[in-house]
Amino acid sequence: MALLNSCDLEVTFTKGSEHVQAVRGVSFEVAEGESYGIVGESGSGKSTVLRAICGLAPVTGGSIRVDGQQLVGARRPDFYRKVQMVFQDPYASLHPRHTVDRVLSEPLAIHGFADRETRVEQALEDVGLGQGFRFRYPHQLSGGQRQRVAIARALILEPRILLLDEPTSALDASIQAEVLNLLDRIRSERGLTYVLVSHDLSVVAHMCERLMVMQHGQAVEEMTRESLQARNAAQDYTRKLLTASLGYRAAQEEQAS
Amino acid sequence: MTDLLTVQNLRIAFPSRHGPVEVVRGVSFAMGKERLGIVGESGSGKSLTGRAILGLTPPPGKATAEKLEFDGIDLREATRSQWHDIRGERISMVMQDPKFSLNPVMTIGRQLMETYRTHRRSTRAEAHERGLEMLNAVQIRDPDRVMNAYPHELSGGMGQRAMIAMMLVTEPELLIADEPTSALDVTVQIEVLRILDRLVSDRGMGLIFISHDLRLVSSFCDRVLVMYAGQVVEEVKATDLANASHPYTKGLFNCLPRIEGGQRPLPILERDADWAL
Ligand SMILES: Nc1ncnc2c1ncn2[C@@H]1O[C@H](COP(=O)(O)OP(=O)(O)OP(=O)(O)O)[C@@H](O)[C@H]1O
Ligand SMILES: Nc1ncnc2c1ncn2[C@@H]1O[C@H](COP(=O)(O)OP(=O)(O)OP(=O)(O)O)[C@@H](O)[C@H]1O
Ligand SMILES: [Mg+2]
Ligand SMILES: [Mg+2]
Repeated sequence: MALLNSCDLEVTFTKGSEHVQAVRGVSFEVAEGESYGIVGESGSGKSTVLRAICGLAPVTGGSIRVDGQQLVGARRPDFYRKVQMVFQDPYASLHPRHTVDRVLSEPLAIHGFADRETRVEQALEDVGLGQGFRFRYPHQLSGGQRQRVAIARALILEPRILLLDEPTSALDASIQAEVLNLLDRIRSERGLTYVLVSHDLSVVAHMCERLMVMQHGQAVEEMTRESLQARNAAQDYTRKLLTASLGYRAAQEEQAS
Repeated sequence: MTDLLTVQNLRIAFPSRHGPVEVVRGVSFAMGKERLGIVGESGSGKSLTGRAILGLTPPPGKATAEKLEFDGIDLREATRSQWHDIRGERISMVMQDPKFSLNPVMTIGRQLMETYRTHRRSTRAEAHERGLEMLNAVQIRDPDRVMNAYPHELSGGMGQRAMIAMMLVTEPELLIADEPTSALDVTVQIEVLRILDRLVSDRGMGLIFISHDLRLVSSFCDRVLVMYAGQVVEEVKATDLANASHPYTKGLFNCLPRIEGGQRPLPILERDADWAL
């Protein structure tokens, strides 16, 4: 049985008489211990799918199951012990007046963890931030430092499922490598399950065994890592993505030819 | 040819209990109407350097420089009215943090129109038209809806494109773009770069392009500054980035994952304390 299952998921935002169908019937399954990628067009509903899993988007159809149990209504606190999310925008997701220390220790307190000191220290080390960052506020951090705090916060509760929305796009290549290695390592050590959204196809190829390509609220294609690596796409849009990932000049030339 | 922008010995410090801590430590460069890339370590001072050019160092930080000159104007001594003519008009910046640059309680359309109308005398209808045009240009699928949307109703990449549209309506002479395409899928990214490219080649705009995406920078920019621990450790022709000489820059390329697959775990960079001297 899949650990995470989304079946014909629909999300519609309503404002007055206007409706935005952000997700239009998306189905996928993620097995325990698997890492599943989502790539696709900007605005195609990738973040909304992750938010819907966390109960943060208006689901108007279909279902989401974790461990076979359908999730309905507001999520209870124990849900967040099981499922944690790293949001796309680390600026918006960190409380501006809470120090890094508070950001990391509060969830531990809420969920009744004992050895908080050591866990906070370890979490900072894990993402390559020294103890010197512990009492800083978010505005005293660079973009990439904030992102690492957000990742540390998600990991600190030792969830079973981690939803990662563009976790490394604000990081330089060396820190990205460290964070990806960390995620890889704890997945194999603890049998974690990931859903990872990224625009970087090489990150997805490195991290995920399978992936879904989204466009305009729908899944247009599901691929394995092997077919991505072989650039073996069935859909036009996926082929376009693969071409564009070659870089600016190569993509210009490809288009010209 | 006179330079569009000259930065000499820029230093930025924040007070701390142990006295001021310098986070930008003597950055110097000059640029013309070109695509200048800045890459570097997370926390190395790229964003603060960009902000200092516009006199927007966040307090209590202090920026000093031996020279900070834009088109013959000494920015260190610029008066309020000079800044009024420069900021957003002649020099624009796309901030790394979209929520910082977009007003959360105002629709995108209103922000676009207000930006346009403070810079050009125009009717509401003209400003509206121009706003739609810009959203179209940055590949927004449904510009009419986005005009009426608030920032929190947009996806990450849509917010980023709205910001770029905002900068474009004013047609600046120098654009500082801080991670402007990090939230965009690669196909849209290429379109946005094409627009920036055209502004540089056709209109003679200068562009400072701050990014972590090495492949993108090396294929898009003319010249690249590499920053590490508050300093520029290397300047290279963009196409030579992969053959750079500083061990930090060299190491960066080894760390990149590849679509075709490769090493697991990814190689990481052994930092040498000497690089930060
Ligand atoms: N709170 C909201 N109210 C109205 N519309 C919304 C809201 N949140 C998202 N949307 C819309 O839903 C669609 C999907 O957004 P989503 O953030 O899921 O895209 P995405 O695939 O993550 O894109 P990106 O790659 O740019 O981050 C977009 O059209 C967006 O404008
Ligand atoms: N208000 C502040 N107080 C103290 N230190 C600060 C403050 N703002 C920034 N810093 C520090 O200054 C350094 C440079 O920050 P900056 O935002 O310029 O980095 P960056 O190169 O843009 O990094 P990134 O790639 O992660 O965005 C960082 O180490 C950051 O922690
Ligand atoms: Mg998103
Ligand atoms: Mg930055």
